[in-house]
Amino acid sequence: MSANTAMAEKYRNNFLKEIEEQVEMGDWVKMCMQCGVCSGSCPTNFQSAWEHPPQELFMMIRAGKREEVLTTTSMWNCTSCYNCIVRCPRKLPITHIMHGIAEYAHRLGMAPKMQPTRFFSGLFWKNCTHTGRVNELKLSMGLYFKDGFGAGIKEGMKMKDVALGLLKAKRLNPFELLGGHKCKDQKGIQAMLKKAYEIERSRKAAKMAG
Amino acid sequence: MADIKVAAYICKGCGLGERLDTDALVKIAQKDGKVPLAKSHDFLCNADGVAMIKNDIANEGVTHIMIGACSRRAKTEAFFFPENAVARANLREGVIWIRPDTEDARETTQDMAEDYIRMGCAEVKAMTAPGGNTNTGTSKTLLVVGGGVTGMTTAIEASKTGYSVVLVEKSGELGGWAGKLYKRTPVHEPFKSPADTGVADLASQVMGDSNIKVYLNATIAKTDGAPGRFVVDIATESGATHTEDIGAIVQATGFTLYDMNKLPELGGGKSPNVVDQAGLEALAKAAAAGDGVIRRPSDNQPVKSVVFVQCAGQRDPSGTHLAYCSGFCCNASIKQAMYFKDANPSVDTTIIYTDLRTPGNGEDFYRSAQEKGVIFTKGKVAEVVPNGATSTVKFHDLILDDKDAAVADVDLVVLATGQVANSGINIDALTKPQVEGQEGESSAEGTVEVKPISILNLTYRQGPDVPQLKQGFTDSHFICFPYETRRTGIYTAGPVRRPMDIAQAREDATGAALKAIQALENAELGRAAHPRSGDLSFPKVRLEGCTQCKRCTVECPFGAIDEDEKRFPVFNESRCRRCGTCMGACPVRVISFENYSVNTVGAQIKAVDIPDEFSEKPRILILACENDAYPALDMAGMSRNEYSAFVRIIPIRCLGSVNTIWITDALNAGYDGVMLMGCKSGDEYQCHFVKGSELGRVRMSKIDDTLKTLNLESERVRDLEVAITDIERVPDMINKYAAELVAVGPSPFKGF
Repeated sequence: MSANTAMAEKYRNNFLKEIEEQVEMGDWVKMCMQCGVCSGSCPTNFQSAWEHPPQELFMMIRAGKREEVLTTTSMWNCTSCYNCIVRCPRKLPITHIMHGIAEYAHRLGMAPKMQPTRFFSGLFWKNCTHTGRVNELKLSMGLYFKDGFGAGIKEGMKMKDVALGLLKAKRLNPFELLGGHKCKDQKGIQAMLKKAYEIERSRKAAKMAG
Repeated sequence: MADIKVAAYICKGCGLGERLDTDALVKIAQKDGKVPLAKSHDFLCNADGVAMIKNDIANEGVTHIMIGACSRRAKTEAFFFPENAVARANLREGVIWIRPDTEDARETTQDMAEDYIRMGCAEVKAMTAPGGNTNTGTSKTLLVVGGGVTGMTTAIEASKTGYSVVLVEKSGELGGWAGKLYKRTPVHEPFKSPADTGVADLASQVMGDSNIKVYLNATIAKTDGAPGRFVVDIATESGATHTEDIGAIVQATGFTLYDMNKLPELGGGKSPNVVDQAGLEALAKAAAAGDGVIRRPSDNQPVKSVVFVQCAGQRDPSGTHLAYCSGFCCNASIKQAMYFKDANPSVDTTIIYTDLRTPGNGEDFYRSAQEKGVIFTKGKVAEVVPNGATSTVKFHDLILDDKDAAVADVDLVVLATGQVANSGINIDALTKPQVEGQEGESSAEGTVEVKPISILNLTYRQGPDVPQLKQGFTDSHFICFPYETRRTGIYTAGPVRRPMDIAQAREDATGAALKAIQALENAELGRAAHPRSGDLSFPKVRLEGCTQCKRCTVECPFGAIDEDEKRFPVFNESRCRRCGTCMGACPVRVISFENYSVNTVGAQIKAVDIPDEFSEKPRILILACENDAYPALDMAGMSRNEYSAFVRIIPIRCLGSVNTIWITDALNAGYDGVMLMGCKSGDEYQCHFVKGSELGRVRMSKIDDTLKTLNLESERVRDLEVAITDIERVPDMINKYAAELVAVGPSPFKGF
């Protein structure tokens, strides 16, 4: 396929259809009327965290910019404040659509690997499903060492005073590093989550198979 | 006048009695006003007060009445004496309400009231009660020009009210542009899908109505006369001419789509697969008659992908194409996209717009189109490149700021070109060079300039068609007085007046029908139409003094004055709106109204008592437009916004009626300054007589010469734009001007 036909092809509504069918609440994307109230309402947008604000993402979907949408970090920056949903004159569930697109990008393996939100989400899930309890010490340390050992030490030293304070107030138990506390039926929890994961996977696989 | 008897009545109500020395006012009326009968009353506008005046009329032979009470704009029903000449001295809004109630101010306030009494007495003596126009016609038939939705609706509405209608349609069938549509945008709940046009129903109503006489394949060969007595020649295809007596005219000649051949960059005329909205309607109609599939014109293949280009040749700031938005085309494109989606949802439909404007309930319609899968892309189309049977639409994506965005393999491109009014000949262009490249028609390349053909063929001195307002649309003010043209008794409705859709056109048609009925009824009674509705006065001319200078016939904003073979003015009273522009224009002052003339105002100017230069009481004359400035001054009074006690205000019908002799007289009499308060003129004019204030200002721009010959400073005359909302600004302007004049010093003409 030549570059020209590829450029022209992107304006066919294939990608919009893909989003409508694969992404949770994706069928709302076509209803955006490009007023930009969502972008203006986003508390994170003012720190230029968003490469593409929501209404632009919707336009890119309609314009068939598949690669750019699925690989962007934008929707991962959503803090779920729900400002956009409250204000959208067309009543689009923008927050949910953002999470839906993020999840879909993750599912396809196109999401940016080291994007902090995505990384933390994975870390948190692994951490809490392992024992059925969240191990805060391991969780925060995992996040510190995200960008390598040296950076982790540096980050840890920065937070030293806070950690000592927490230790003093008995809000931090250093022995948590050696396994940590668990729920009563660890195996039961894991079996339950496994089952749920199976159900979701088969549902999504069926959807993707069409 | 031999047998006039003037009576003056001073009211003591509304605080006038407490604030003013009304006994002194009565004496002023008798002594300075030379009125044989002068009385005061505690509450003049109540039944007892009015009965007193009526009794004097009946038993004392009073013919002329001067009422010193509230503004002439208040209590008009109580002080209604149609058989008599009536002048009003504005003591309430014009004196006590704009002056502080203090001991210091008492003397100047009383001075002011006394002057207004003198002015009122002088004015009423120069007036006669208007007798009404006798040169009237009685035709109650309405002529509707154009048989589209607007014309048919006008005819039906007028017929329903009981008036007979003559409808003239140029083509062989009724329906106009709407008759060519497959469907129309919905006007009923739930506004989700295109609806039936309803044209067939309208046409059968028109044809079945015995009150409506329809001429098809016919044009207007000649329109002669005035409201109530138009004589219209209708030329039919067979060559026969029918003459009809007409009372009033509604011009509903509609629009033509902007020629897409002027848009070669958008593929206009370059490929059969690039069509305008009319072209698509024809395709849709053909499809509906066949298998319901809209096909490509070039090879009859089903259309799988269609792009709608909004604002094609519209909203163009460069002046090449239409400068305006036609307002109907976004909804029309949404409707047309639904033609495809409703038949086959897999057809790709893209609407490329810069701003989607969906008037009426179009927002629901827009949402419905999104639900049906129509893609809306915000962008500006740069180029449509036809390539064999398909085209590529190149555009600038305005959301993603992508300058090289494009849609390829498009089977059909629809250009949303705008409405160009079918308004006939631009009569302003006949007399002066065309301004701002009308529709850019002359600058478009490769097209032949079509010389417009007159629609009404008026025999008026000022040209064969109604004047145009903006961009070729005929109206006199889109907001304040819609349907009104600058030809009395001739109204325009529908897209010839301003760009609009079917729903708006039907509303327009109803309004214009009622306006036209009002006009023919007024014409029969010899009364004026808007804005001096019901006025019985009309211009009278002393032809023996006329110098045939033609200023009145040229300046009349309403084309009411023709010329006879000796170039004397011929007044068509029923066409007149009573603005007095002719009176202001006349250098020899031979034009007057019975209740408004060079004398009625001149006498008031002379009646004011001018204190000597040592009294420190300057006098400022204000000539205030009765439509905007005078109400603003009244409302300033109602809000108790104070202003200088040294002004003397005379309401005038329009700035256009101001004769320069008034200003010369005032300055000669020792006034320190003259303020002219008129409406905004120019493109964004607010003048109720459209051109009156503009013509007045042109005349006043030459007042400097007069000032020079009198050896006076240019500050002594001030021309101001005043809007009806200037309730706070006007007192401020007056006070500032009064202060300025103190610096200039007293007029050297005092005491002569």
